[in-house]
Amino acid sequence: MNIRSQVSMVFHLDKCIGCHTCSVACKNIWTDRKGADYMWWNNVETKPGTGYPTQWEDQEQYHGGWEKKDDQPIHIKSTGKARVVPNIFHNPYMPSMDDYYEPWTYDYQNLFNAEEGPDQPIAKPISMVTGEDIKIEAGPNWDDDLGGSQIYAANDPNLAGLSDQQRLQLSSVERLVMFYLPRICNHCLNPCCVASCPSGALYKRGEDGIVLIDQKKCRAWRSCVAACPYKKTYFNWFTGKSEKCILCFPRLEAGEAPACFHSCVGRIRYLGVLLYDADRLEEVANLPDDQLVEGHRSLILNPHDPEIIRKAQSAGIPDGVIESAQQSPVYKFVMDWKIALPPHIEYRTLPMLFYVPPMSPVIANFEDGLASHAMKNLFHGIDESRIPMQYFANLFGGGHEGVVRYAMGKQLAVRWHRRAETVGDVDDSRQVFTRGGLFD
Amino acid sequence: MSQHFLDQFLFVALPYVCLFTFFLMTIYRYRMQSFSYSSLSSQFLENKHHFWAVVPFHYGILVITAGHLLAFAIPRSLLAWNSVPWRLYVLEISALAFGILTLIGLVGIVVRRLGNSKVRMVTTPTDWILFAMLLAQTVSGVCIALFYPWGSSWFATNMSPYLWSIVKLSPEVSFVAAMPHLVKLHVVLAFLTIGFFPFTRLVHILVIPNPYLWRKTQVVRWYGRKHSP
Repeated sequence: MNIRSQVSMVFHLDKCIGCHTCSVACKNIWTDRKGADYMWWNNVETKPGTGYPTQWEDQEQYHGGWEKKDDQPIHIKSTGKARVVPNIFHNPYMPSMDDYYEPWTYDYQNLFNAEEGPDQPIAKPISMVTGEDIKIEAGPNWDDDLGGSQIYAANDPNLAGLSDQQRLQLSSVERLVMFYLPRICNHCLNPCCVASCPSGALYKRGEDGIVLIDQKKCRAWRSCVAACPYKKTYFNWFTGKSEKCILCFPRLEAGEAPACFHSCVGRIRYLGVLLYDADRLEEVANLPDDQLVEGHRSLILNPHDPEIIRKAQSAGIPDGVIESAQQSPVYKFVMDWKIALPPHIEYRTLPMLFYVPPMSPVIANFEDGLASHAMKNLFHGIDESRIPMQYFANLFGGGHEGVVRYAMGKQLAVRWHRRAETVGDVDDSRQVFTRGGLFD
Repeated sequence: MSQHFLDQFLFVALPYVCLFTFFLMTIYRYRMQSFSYSSLSSQFLENKHHFWAVVPFHYGILVITAGHLLAFAIPRSLLAWNSVPWRLYVLEISALAFGILTLIGLVGIVVRRLGNSKVRMVTTPTDWILFAMLLAQTVSGVCIALFYPWGSSWFATNMSPYLWSIVKLSPEVSFVAAMPHLVKLHVVLAFLTIGFFPFTRLVHILVIPNPYLWRKTQVVRWYGRKHSP
């Protein structure tokens, strides 16, 4: 057993209001520079939606992540060891700026300097790359709040496997539904970006697991950009170096939370230490698709187990870190409650950012044309959820519903329980949940 | 200036100045400005024509440069290979083909950088000077291959001894003095390119990622430990 510690994250999507404060905090601190102007190390996407870069989840297009074929060991889907040399001059799966958006600003000076004339002067949009006039046709939140849109949301890759009826419901006006997906680098345990870097410029910090790019070693071979399935490494077109979320390590080292966590209005973000067994990474990354979520969990070690504590100490992990692991909210979400799930585990990078899947809106029942708040049906079951379970399974369960159903059911149970406690008009006995098939 | 002094300047003084600059500035830049060592790829800004310009150029110039280095290093073996006519023809035609491939790629690169406003923004004056030099060098090289056969043989008999005389610090100008002007131009441009090398994006040749093929899949750095476990 090779015990390591990792600063891990949970984003509680049921609480995210999609305000983009996190994105702005990050942008102001880290990417407000020439060449990084189009980068959003933290971005918030509307789901169902196409995201940023457009349709990043479509790996038939982007070829990100690890690929497993039959019994073969996993390999990098874009350019692995054998293919990196012949493809070094032109990366066949490199996204271009068109896949993100061309950054722009406005010609504000024109408001002051324009010649006197019959019309009000305007601030024309100009490209931040060329300085030329630009017709804005894409942006980092281009499909923000456009759940249900036939142009955007309908192209969400997570809709795969949904019936036509389900798709229709997702876009019909009265049943329209959407939620927000804030994304930063997942600081994966099996990072594809690190594995793909020809220069060895990317690395994982041993002490806290933060994945970084050594700017002095990066030679702009661009493999990491193609390899990261979450498209969270970005190419700085001005410096010719790749950059990514650094989990605000200078803030972490000074005892402060990363800026996106710190600024989160809904307090949806949890940061905590997890202990894991690095010796089993390869084994878990090679598991069949339907065992990946459980396998990923099995890597995480119980920080309260005296045996684990002893081994962690002998592995050189400081007592303070072990103590943090014991108090880690992430451990509670992921291991105790099992309601936080990794995004797209089928990419096999073993992400260390977990999401609590969002509940669909609470709806009133209509009886005789009037909204009824009779409690017997107010909290609908998870299978009548407006967003089909298959959608969440594609996003958080590697295509498999079981783990997602459990996480959703548990949240629903908490809602019932709280209603029973605070209002007292519902029955929160265990039979209610077993009847719904939530728990055994 | 007499022909003698001109030859002395172009084929003795200039090569040493260029080589000295090359070694001094390359090492200096690597030590002092390692951040600036980058291939400065523009694929991100323009991805439609990138392949058709960059790939032919790189494969062309790699083979051509390797050919020059081989002829410099093992001239006798090369002459032995060329002693059979069909082998000479194969070598010459391949060399010309890769020369033309380089030229096509280079023209593609220049056209692409001129034509796309985004890529133009990341092209520096140094880049334009370099492209002009490489273009002149490639055109002169292709012309030499066309008009002065059989280059692979006379490179081995004349140019290789000259280059070795430079390396051995006892320059023998006589080997190049009798060469046609086009060949002289090619030699002078070659040394100028070497001297210009450390000031350009060409330094990315020196950081080709050879350890990648042998390193472990994942890279972990420990700050608190001297050696990774």
